[in-house]
Amino acid sequence: MKLIIAVLLTMVGFVVGRILEAKHYKSIKASEKELLYLPILNINKDTLDDNEIDKTQMVYGSVVISIDYFKRFLAGLRKIFGGEISSYETLIDRARREAILRMKEMAASMQADVITNMRVETSIIGKRANKGGVGSVELLAYGNGITIRK
Amino acid sequence: MILTNIEAVPGKKIIDHFGIVAGSTVRAKHFGKDLLAGLKNIVGGELKSYTELLHDSRKQATERMIEQAKELGANAIVNIRFATSSVAQGAAELYVYGTAVKVR
Repeated sequence: MKLIIAVLLTMVGFVVGRILEAKHYKSIKASEKELLYLPILNINKDTLDDNEIDKTQMVYGSVVISIDYFKRFLAGLRKIFGGEISSYETLIDRARREAILRMKEMAASMQADVITNMRVETSIIGKRANKGGVGSVELLAYGNGITIRK
Repeated sequence: MILTNIEAVPGKKIIDHFGIVAGSTVRAKHFGKDLLAGLKNIVGGELKSYTELLHDSRKQATERMIEQAKELGANAIVNIRFATSSVAQGAAELYVYGTAVKVR
């Protein structure tokens, strides 16, 4: 009985997880295109002239994301032989891009023109992923939104 | 209050320096939300309730840091860093720290 439930949940994870991932990637690509006008410079010394700068404010964005049952199963298999776990890679990639996008959205809402000194941080929120708990990771992106005087 | 995560405030000059200011908060997850997140865990993807929770807590930690800087008479905080650590099962600490300065 337990096995049947586990298999069922894995299948649900496979089907629904896949659909959700495709949908998420589509929305990420659309917003990335939309926010392309807002560049991120990953330097901490601003190259802009001091007189040109109107306002500086910190911006940030974060996402908590969790793995689905099917991917966990795949990763479990992969752990036997070692190597690249691509099912985890797409998950983290999605979350990181989403966090950066949220930071950009916040910067756009404050009329910033450029973001400098961006930092991305990853932290584990739930540890007991394989013991029935909620396993999730938080991706946080933060930087400095600068508005240029017009 | 101007917050930046670079060493200076662009376009302004630092005239005084008050040392490190920090704010932190420890949050536990709501039981009902945890249950929902557990269900969401089957299909994977974003856990919106957790994102919101962490966002709110981080805001609170930042506010505490700002409060501390205000008491010192600062008008900006530079070189801000965020840190997250899970202190116990189901609880996370959010920590924000920076240097309080006076700019002109």
